[in-house]
Amino acid sequence: MPPDPVISIRGLRTQFGKNVIHDGVDLDVLRGEVMGVVGASGTGKSVLMRAVIGLVKPTAGSIRIFGEDRAKMPKAELKAMEKRYGVLFQDGALFSSLTVAQNVMVPMKEHTRMSAPLMAEIAAYKIAMSGLPPDACPKYPAELSGGMRKRAGLARALALDPEILFLDEPTAGLDPIGAAAFDGLIHDLQKTLGLTVVMVTHDLDSLYAICDRIAVLVDKHAIVGTLEEVAANPHPWMHDYFHGPRSRAATASGGK
Amino acid sequence: MTAASEWITTTRTGDVLEMRLTGDWTIDNVARIDSGIAALSKTHTGPAVIDFSPIGRMDTTGAWMVEKMRRRLAISSDAIEIRGIQPHHRLLVDRLNGLTGEPAPEPTRYGALSLVAERTGRATIDAWREAIDLLNFLGLATVTAARTAVSPRRFRMTAFVYHLEQVGLNALPIVGLLSFLIGVVLAYQGADQLRQFGAEIFTVNLLGISILREMGILLTAIIVAGRSGSAFAAQIGTMQVNEEIDAMRTIGLDPMEVLVLPRTLALLVAMPLLAVYADLMDLAGGALMVVVSLDITFTQFTERLRDVVPIWAFWVGIIKAPFFGVMIALVGCREGLKVRGSADSVGRQTTRAVVVSIFLVIIIDAVFSIFFSAVGV
Repeated sequence: MPPDPVISIRGLRTQFGKNVIHDGVDLDVLRGEVMGVVGASGTGKSVLMRAVIGLVKPTAGSIRIFGEDRAKMPKAELKAMEKRYGVLFQDGALFSSLTVAQNVMVPMKEHTRMSAPLMAEIAAYKIAMSGLPPDACPKYPAELSGGMRKRAGLARALALDPEILFLDEPTAGLDPIGAAAFDGLIHDLQKTLGLTVVMVTHDLDSLYAICDRIAVLVDKHAIVGTLEEVAANPHPWMHDYFHGPRSRAATASGGK
Repeated sequence: MTAASEWITTTRTGDVLEMRLTGDWTIDNVARIDSGIAALSKTHTGPAVIDFSPIGRMDTTGAWMVEKMRRRLAISSDAIEIRGIQPHHRLLVDRLNGLTGEPAPEPTRYGALSLVAERTGRATIDAWREAIDLLNFLGLATVTAARTAVSPRRFRMTAFVYHLEQVGLNALPIVGLLSFLIGVVLAYQGADQLRQFGAEIFTVNLLGISILREMGILLTAIIVAGRSGSAFAAQIGTMQVNEEIDAMRTIGLDPMEVLVLPRTLALLVAMPLLAVYADLMDLAGGALMVVVSLDITFTQFTERLRDVVPIWAFWVGIIKAPFFGVMIALVGCREGLKVRGSADSVGRQTTRAVVVSIFLVIIIDAVFSIFFSAVGV
């Protein structure tokens, strides 16, 4: 398969005031791959994700999604494109005044035309697919645990069967079994739907288990490669990261 | 026998039902696929074949529709032969095993009349509980204040001064402007009516008494409830959502001492000061209007004011101020502490803080009126 970048970032520079977060980030995400984004706290992993999905305006550089530069797109096309990706924010970011089922229905209401009962049915199915029990549907986000909120957030991100899935720390705050199940779920969905997944994470187990390639944010740049390639990089932070005690434990417990 | 829609072609050979799936089974077409499924006849009982070979794209929603079709025909999965399916579609269909996907039952709906009755009952009981709660809270605040009075080192001076600035100093522009305008309006309306009897000069009596006794303090209290009571509720409510209050408790800090007491004392001090200021601005507005529209000079106005308005009219207004201040602060803090869980709740409690404090301001004012008329001032 020829490389077919669905996301292509060139010379990205973001800064807040005088604080430069990224300076010259180049990154291609290929169709159907799981890209892990790692980096020390404060290196702008989440900011990178937010720049790609349009929540942060880059100071310089270009970001192309499906070959289109979002800065130059007319509003109507942008809306059509937004339908093609789903985002899971760190704590789910569910709308607190809506029930879980209503949360999942929000993107459907906005972007598709279907009857209310059919929508409720599909929402219930997506919620079940994300691993929540059926009685979670009529609950409000405040009544759910952190892990359940995350699953509900995933159900909402998957509501429109997107082509790209952005995940911000998907396994943070989950217990190891829940985290492994979440990884498995994302892996299955990625395989069955041919999803492209961009995943900001600190979880070494997730990196070893499901990521095809990894982008490491160091010194305001991105270093991209397979796990073996980035682990072999002599950069001190990357060496410590991939050869620290936690990393060794994750490798030993068996990834790919 | 063959029946066809854009998405499903059914062919019956003997007692075997064959369904060929065509087109893209994706979320964009789901409404039409659904009506295609609804059009299928339900009478089949024998074995069935689902042929996936002509299908275009399929996503999770499409896979769900296949499952829905099977359920509608009430054929068990064992009796179905799946033919021509691509491996990644197979994975998708297999994921559905064991998923119920049934929406949870909606809660029972009651008629409008019983809903009204239920809500009224609930509101009555809530109001009663709220009253007891608030009384409790007042007691707790008093005990905390007494404890702090015994060991004054525990008092949060910085927080107190900060809140004094927020609720007192920073409220001066809005309280001043509104009071001045109300003074103008009162004087204008009063002069207009009294002129008909040739009693324009009594406008000064009207202004002096009504402003000093009621209008000045009442208006200030309402502005402060909207401005500072709501701010207290929102600040404390947001802290509650962030679990800051829980963190405080685990460190051994008492939220009553750290949050409630400085705010309450700040309003206790600020409210009488704001009331005096509001009285002055009210009278200034009134004086301006009187001088402009009536044949009265500013000196005449002040002399008349001194002659006809007794000093206790001023005190009647000011005495109420600390009560209003404490009450507004306590209601604001109390509603903030009652926030549970979500951002939604912060908004609800903030609104409640304003409504309850304005309600109580007017109740307390009425009680004071009765009291003052009983003691004859």
